[in-house]
Amino acid sequence: MRVERDLRRVIGDGESLPDGEVEGLDDADLLELYRQLVLLRTYDERSLVYHRQGRIGTYAIFWNHEAMQVGAVYALSDDDWIFPSYRESAIGLLRGMPAATVLSWWRGHPAGWWNPADYNVASICVPIGTHVPHAAGLAWGKKLRGESACAVAFFGDGATSEGSFHEGANFAGVLKAPLVLFCNNNQWAISTPLELQTAAETLADKAVGYGIPAARVDGADVLAVYEATREAVARARAGEGPTFIEAVTYRAAPHATADDPSVYIDPARVEEERRRECVGRFEGYLRRRGLLPDELREQVTGEAAQLMREAIAAAEAEPDPDPELVFAHAYAAPPASFDHDLAELRRVLADG
Amino acid sequence: MRRDDDVFIMGEDIAEMGGSMAVTQGMLAEFGPERVRNTPISEMAIVGAGIGAAMQGMRPVVEIMYEDFTTLAMEQIVNQAAKHRYMSGGQLKVPLTIRTQGGAGWSPGAQHAQQVEAWFVHVPGLKVVFASTPSDVRGLLWSSIYDDNTVLFFEHRVLYGLKEEMPDEIEPIPLGKARIHREGEDVTVVATGRLVHEALKAAAAAEQEGVSVEVVDPRTLQPLDEETIVASVKKTSRCVVAHEAVTRMGFGAEVAAVVQHQAFDWLDAPVERVGSKFAPIPFAPVMEQFVVPHDSDVLDAIRRTVGRNGR
Ligand SMILES: Cc1ncc(C[n+]2csc(CCOP(=O)(O)OP(=O)(O)O)c2C)c(N)n1
Ligand SMILES: [Mg+2]
Repeated sequence: MRVERDLRRVIGDGESLPDGEVEGLDDADLLELYRQLVLLRTYDERSLVYHRQGRIGTYAIFWNHEAMQVGAVYALSDDDWIFPSYRESAIGLLRGMPAATVLSWWRGHPAGWWNPADYNVASICVPIGTHVPHAAGLAWGKKLRGESACAVAFFGDGATSEGSFHEGANFAGVLKAPLVLFCNNNQWAISTPLELQTAAETLADKAVGYGIPAARVDGADVLAVYEATREAVARARAGEGPTFIEAVTYRAAPHATADDPSVYIDPARVEEERRRECVGRFEGYLRRRGLLPDELREQVTGEAAQLMREAIAAAEAEPDPDPELVFAHAYAAPPASFDHDLAELRRVLADG
Repeated sequence: MRRDDDVFIMGEDIAEMGGSMAVTQGMLAEFGPERVRNTPISEMAIVGAGIGAAMQGMRPVVEIMYEDFTTLAMEQIVNQAAKHRYMSGGQLKVPLTIRTQGGAGWSPGAQHAQQVEAWFVHVPGLKVVFASTPSDVRGLLWSSIYDDNTVLFFEHRVLYGLKEEMPDEIEPIPLGKARIHREGEDVTVVATGRLVHEALKAAAAAEQEGVSVEVVDPRTLQPLDEETIVASVKKTSRCVVAHEAVTRMGFGAEVAAVVQHQAFDWLDAPVERVGSKFAPIPFAPVMEQFVVPHDSDVLDAIRRTVGRNGR
């Protein structure tokens, strides 16, 4: 099986490393990718502020992960399924999901319950790696039904240590399921660095044992991510089975709002990585091609900021949830015991 | 660990970070990375490797970051750790301690807030501890480490803030011994984990109403100190069982069965149970608070057993 160990790159550094191009992407595509990157970046930065203001709960920051999400999703069609982890909580925005919905999710409000089938975006998986088999199964189901859609599972470097990842990957390999295993290798799992996670030289090597080809891409290079995912999707649609993509980046922010990385991460390294962050790199690429005049940049960032202002206002304008929802959704038809608990809830509310 | 090289700890993020709840803070500096081992995110292997190390005489303490994720290690706990002694005719021992924490009260949502201790009390071969005070944690953890069976050791997230003066010398607390937190004459409340503290608040409130409440914390759920519980109920004639785990089909049902069987003739009221509603724990703070039990729920149950404010 083919494993590409070398990191794929398209975007240069504006100095010695030249810019490349992705065949089939025109200027309009490039600007659309930019708009999406800015949308996710703005979502993330505003969310951190909203958390500090007490307007959303604990939040998993995805700063410098935007290129992986935007690049991968741009290679999909709308009927392909996305299986996000908490790190991709706002990936639905790329499928037209209102930002207010995702904010509501982080607010613990039922308006954050989206219907996965409306966007082909599965519910966010917080237990590590346990969604990989779901993605394999969904992809296999698409194949059985003769549909051309595929599935993409997003998970972290740490998730490749979980049995769920290995069993799901093996299944997908055996079933030749149209699946893209998209690993966000940000080199940290909370406080645990990659070298304590695995002795393998690369995470892509893990795919070999399951008969799955793998590629490694620069995860801060939206174009390289797009191109690699497009190839993986083409393989999936051609009936050639799953592909593993290891997107290498760096978690240049805390794991989540509740985390203090200063006890385990070298701040100098983080600073260095922050200078290489993915949105800025793509801006450099666009500028070098003369595609991003300052007014356009301001317009795009301004639109995203406006969208977030409206989204948080909409999320906060949601009426308080009906408390009876606590009992509404655990079963299709609630067992008799629920009547008792519901009656008690009504009594408590009436007393209160 | 200072006295015994056979004791070591491993788990996710327990080293530099000192664990997601800061429980193992400072231990890396004192004992080094071989004895304070950050592991890959592999719950099954954390427990499985702990079993292996225990089989050859070490006394590992492994940590599962959230008790919700014992699910990923279930085969190792239930079919392996619990069974090796039996299936080797008592010749192989697995002196493993599995520490974990959980519980609601800080809005972690349906997959990070459960109380799952009752899953394990149902497995022959395991011991289960649920400690609710700092000194109990210390004394029971010692006994768990030196017990020759695998012990599931539960801690409650919201109790980590509790403080208590402690003697320098560790005073081991035997497994299977309940603690009477407060003596009383009218009602026995058998409570575990966070509910011990809720029960103590409820007991203080009941006292204002002239009801004298005895609060018993079994501390070890398996084996259960039936003797202490039954003796208490024979004295008070009324019993409330309180835990944060869901009420239905829960640990409280076992306590109620023990009490009705061994103290039937002494009971003046049906045994009351207090626990969470039969619903996943909601993310929304208000709703989380509704689903899990509080001191007011214990007080209501106390009142029901003494026939006051009955509904
Ligand atoms: C089964 C399970 N074990 C442990 C955890 C606790 N936990 C939450 S995030 C995390 C680290 C995950 O790291 P990685 O897979 O690299 O993803 P990243 O957060 O870096 O995106 C851990 C251990 C969990 N959520 N689920
Ligand atoms: Mg990671």
